[in-house]
Amino acid sequence: MTEELFTLFLSRYNYWMAIVLMLIGLYALIAKQNLIKKIIGLNIFQTAIFLFYISFADVTGGTAPILLPEGTGALYVNPVPHVLMLTAIVVGVSTTAVALSIVVRISREYNVIDDDELGEVMQRP
Amino acid sequence: MNPVIAHLPVLLLVLPIIAALLILLAGMVNRNFSYPITLATISFQFASSLIIMVSVMTGGTIHYYLGGWAPPMGIELVIDAFNSYVLVVILAMALLIAVYARRGTALDIPPEKTVAFFVVFQLLVTGLCGMTITGDIFNLYVFLEIASISTYALVASGRNTRSLIAGFNYLVLGSIAAGLIVLGIGFLYVATGTLNMGELAAMLPASYGLATVQAAFLLLMIGFSIKVAFFPLHLWLPDAYTESPSVVTILIATATSKVTAYAMIRVIFSVFTLQYITESFPVTEMILVIASIAIIAGAVLAIAQDNLKRMLAYSSISQMGYIMFAIGIANQAALEGGLLHILAHAVMKGCLFMVAGILIYRTGTTAIRQFSGLSKTMPFTCAAFVLAGVSMIGIPPTIGFMSKYYLVLGAVEAGQYLAAAVLLIGSLLAVVYIWRVIEIMYSGSHQEETLHTGAEAPLSMLVPVLILAASCLFLGIFVDVPLAIIEPAVTLLLGVG
Repeated sequence: MTEELFTLFLSRYNYWMAIVLMLIGLYALIAKQNLIKKIIGLNIFQTAIFLFYISFADVTGGTAPILLPEGTGALYVNPVPHVLMLTAIVVGVSTTAVALSIVVRISREYNVIDDDELGEVMQRP
Repeated sequence: MNPVIAHLPVLLLVLPIIAALLILLAGMVNRNFSYPITLATISFQFASSLIIMVSVMTGGTIHYYLGGWAPPMGIELVIDAFNSYVLVVILAMALLIAVYARRGTALDIPPEKTVAFFVVFQLLVTGLCGMTITGDIFNLYVFLEIASISTYALVASGRNTRSLIAGFNYLVLGSIAAGLIVLGIGFLYVATGTLNMGELAAMLPASYGLATVQAAFLLLMIGFSIKVAFFPLHLWLPDAYTESPSVVTILIATATSKVTAYAMIRVIFSVFTLQYITESFPVTEMILVIASIAIIAGAVLAIAQDNLKRMLAYSSISQMGYIMFAIGIANQAALEGGLLHILAHAVMKGCLFMVAGILIYRTGTTAIRQFSGLSKTMPFTCAAFVLAGVSMIGIPPTIGFMSKYYLVLGAVEAGQYLAAAVLLIGSLLAVVYIWRVIEIMYSGSHQEETLHTGAEAPLSMLVPVLILAASCLFLGIFVDVPLAIIEPAVTLLLGVG
């Protein structure tokens, strides 16, 4: 019984890791007070999604999807999710850039980058 | 067909992106060049959207294959009755906002930042157009992120330093939402192996029972609910609307929220189908209950506000509830009401937020209690507020009345009398929060010591406000005009035709 569960876990290893990463990212977003750490959490969350896409694209024993000469065939992995994730990586980088530049301005204006302290600074007139 | 018109769907996206770069380059030469280029580009987009709508009305749905690659290999742009209508609404709003922005940005945006502001503004409008006309679900996500990232930057762009925190919180929640959406899209791809919306709709029924598809549906719904600020996932909205520059508030309250609601309706009805949400995976009841709570809670919270922009923000949460309400009822009359409410809310809320922007521009305050006697010095602005406010409450013959009338009709047809009562209670609560402002504006004396100047707004700000206020009235009287476009759109969505 335990052994079966273990093999099930191993055979779906990537997906479990995607879930774990996603939860780590969400935890950082919710629990961390430092704005930079929140951004790191956001990045971990996005990375988990990349891992999920790349995992389901994989075919056991598959090779890179390169056009072969006429007559030869090969088992290759699905290229579409990889391409989609290239786009998603660009989106993630842009989001991070905007987030970091907002944090830079926050730290210039208020001299803090911590959510709690920010709340205190905002209370003052 | 004329070759230029045949390629108009893609020109609508590509030319404005080039124009955004052009704005940046021209702005480097001279800061004053950036505004005219923005205005010209958005005018071009509005004109093209009208041409596209006419050709959809006469020639049926347009399928445009990008680069000539037919789906499933390539990305497809699909324009039918539904999205040509949404396209015209948001571009008309964007054009009026662009006119308004000439003076409207002066207060909030430092002069050296105007070039960057208009570049991002143009990118946001283009992202919204892309979301509207794409026929590929992953492409929808990409354009959603173009629009969202532009919005985060715009929200945080003002002189008001509190806008930075509002922008950051919006960015965090918006990115989580985008993550959930892309995860949902991944699940759909696993279940079907395609990303084209038309093919998804054709292939999904075979796997309706799969947990994968149900998970995909829920992930997409939660993601879009955060993006449209559907109660109780609205927490980013009040701060983002209140603290951001006036022009940005108007744009995100009208164009962005409407297009996101459009995307949600598109995913529910065109990718999944009416049959799925009512039979295979019944969620309409739940959407109806949450929408009813949103209508009441948003309105009650709006009553409690003293800041005009914050009050309108909570009112937006209530009004988005009306659009979701239409999804919950999901019959012909209710969806007609919901789609009409997309137009109605864009027009009314655009007008109200523009008035709020003018009041900040002229008096420097958003505190409602300081507006006493404003009607004497700013008669046109206040009159526009009254017209749009009356429409918001839903007094005939305004557009706000017509959309709510169809919603109530749909609810009664579906036998949901309690839900119909919620709509009426929502309207009554709207009376409380709108009337309070009107009463203060029109009664009492002008307090010179609290208000700096009391002059009427500059013409370039006043004209868009008056056009929108007049539209509240005339679209209500001649409601047949928008309904002529909405009816085929609803038939298409429900898949009856």
